[in-house]
Amino acid sequence: MAFEPVLMRNVGVPNSTSLDVYKSSGGYAGAAKALAMQPGDVVDLVKKANLRGRGGAGFPAGIKWTFLPAERDITYLCVNADESEPPTFCNRITIESDPHMLLEGILIAGFATRTTVAYIYMRGEFMEQFHILQKAVDEAYAAGYFGRNILSSGYDLECYIHRGAGAYVCGEETGLIESLEGKRGWPRIKPPFPAVEGLFHKPTVVNNVETLACLPHIFTRGLDWWLSLGTENSKGPKMYCVSGPVNRPGCYEAPLGLSVRELIYGEDFGGGIRDGKKVKVVLPGGISMGALRGDTFPKNPGDEPDPTQDYDELDCRLDFDDVRRYGLLGLGTAAAVVVPEDADMRDVLLNLARFYAHESCGQCTQCREGTSWMYKVARRIAAGAGRACDLDLLVEVTENMGMMPGMSICGLPDGAAWPVRTIVQKFRKEFEEHIRAQSPQAAAEVIRRTNPAAYDLPILGPGHRLAPREVVQS
Amino acid sequence: MAWETINRRTIADEDLGPGLTVAIKDKIRAFLPRYPSKRAVLLPALHITQEALGRITLRSMREIAELLEMPPSAVMDVVTFYSHFWTKPRGKKLICVCRSLTCELMGGKRLLDVLKERLGIDEGETTPDGEYSLMTEECLAACEYGPCMLINEKLHKCVSPADLDGILADPNNDKLDMPRSDLFDPPGHGM
Repeated sequence: MAFEPVLMRNVGVPNSTSLDVYKSSGGYAGAAKALAMQPGDVVDLVKKANLRGRGGAGFPAGIKWTFLPAERDITYLCVNADESEPPTFCNRITIESDPHMLLEGILIAGFATRTTVAYIYMRGEFMEQFHILQKAVDEAYAAGYFGRNILSSGYDLECYIHRGAGAYVCGEETGLIESLEGKRGWPRIKPPFPAVEGLFHKPTVVNNVETLACLPHIFTRGLDWWLSLGTENSKGPKMYCVSGPVNRPGCYEAPLGLSVRELIYGEDFGGGIRDGKKVKVVLPGGISMGALRGDTFPKNPGDEPDPTQDYDELDCRLDFDDVRRYGLLGLGTAAAVVVPEDADMRDVLLNLARFYAHESCGQCTQCREGTSWMYKVARRIAAGAGRACDLDLLVEVTENMGMMPGMSICGLPDGAAWPVRTIVQKFRKEFEEHIRAQSPQAAAEVIRRTNPAAYDLPILGPGHRLAPREVVQS
Repeated sequence: MAWETINRRTIADEDLGPGLTVAIKDKIRAFLPRYPSKRAVLLPALHITQEALGRITLRSMREIAELLEMPPSAVMDVVTFYSHFWTKPRGKKLICVCRSLTCELMGGKRLLDVLKERLGIDEGETTPDGEYSLMTEECLAACEYGPCMLINEKLHKCVSPADLDGILADPNNDKLDMPRSDLFDPPGHGM
């Protein structure tokens, strides 16, 4: 397949962050084209391209822009550079290697939405990247790509970088808006959607870095090129990340629809697991989208994926539709973390549960309590004091939190529920084996040591299971 | 997090810690034209203050509140929500070790344990000589270089416990070797 990378074409090019190098490979030509058009035509073109948001939810960017009210004086554009989903780093690569591609995308999106001020909300951990992007913004201002009367089109746009301070929930669009306004990053109840009432109570568009970075290429290379890439409902190139003990961890660009197996084993991608090991489990869309079984399991003899059977699921294609056939929440950020065959699933579960318990913002009760209880239960299992009923309890908790059962303001608890539920369901046998191998007395000691309040609890044998009613009532 | 109660009403003046200098206030004011509301300058203001004072003191919270015309309680509300802001004294260099799933698989847990032993402190603590503070971070977005850690601004990639001696002995282990922007620096430094 002769695919020429566009989003990562300047990665590794010397001095690629400078305006001169960016312009030498056709930079800001897309913006020049777009600014010569009518804003409405720019929106139409992006709608036709079916550019779906690369930040996780996959909502078409062009349609998002049309939700802005027709009569408006001020519009804000928030650029979501809060990339905090582990293990995602494609936005970091874009900012580090090709910051002007992002800025050109901001200019095009800003012009299409008649934005007056664009804020780049950048996560606080990005230090080097902040200096690089700030330098690029200064350069772009000096060259007349921001400021007044850009490219003699009469369009004005200001662009500022706003640094976050370490909160996962600020990657949620309304959490980001609250944080920008100088408040804690608590997501807002929708509606009103940001397009109607967002930042400073004005119509606001929130777009991800990679979504915006795609825009210049749609204009320079044209709609036909764009639509020739990808699968039926997922068009265009995507930056895939793969990390963990693979031979070539990193970020790779390919058209949407790359299979997980290709991403891990392909010569041009991950290049296989170190020491010839096999994959036990892979979390292919950032950790929040759920888990797939690896090739330590037998191959699926049929064509249809069957999550109830213990089959290898690496043939899942990473686009916006195929992931759902495998029971994942969505494409997410298409950043895969590969867990090798010798890892203990109890540690994996503990790490994931800890992450969400730490990052839940605490606004909705079922998320605040659910994530911390998942953490407590995962800690108990990892300490060697798990009970078979704990696995039912974890599944029970995950089914009662999040936007899908209609219980929360934002999608964080859905993202917390999916990996925990899929891991518990798919690796239940392994967890049960560990629990069976525990001595009940030793387990009781662990519980009493870690939680003095549990001293009087009856010692439950490893085979003890709660009746379904008990779980519901608790 | 453990519960700590402070009676802020009767708090002695000397316990409020240092406040904002004129130069810090000027630097914060320079951000005001960027936003239509004064309150939106809060995060930049806290970044500038922490760069200058090493932490967010109670007195600086009050003064920021006055500067941005908002209640001091709202400033404290934001300070305690974000994990990057310190309210207690912090070492000269802050080490953030990544504890995401990737880094853990690549040996991040052992790195953290060795680092704790080497420095003789636990997470959230500062060495007695005031040189280093230690904390963990959920993900540093450098997963292809796991396990990684951040010392102030400098990211150290693929760190093995054997590398730690060399890194800790280097006096410039927190400096970037690239042109910086002084936007969030304390006034008078950098450049």
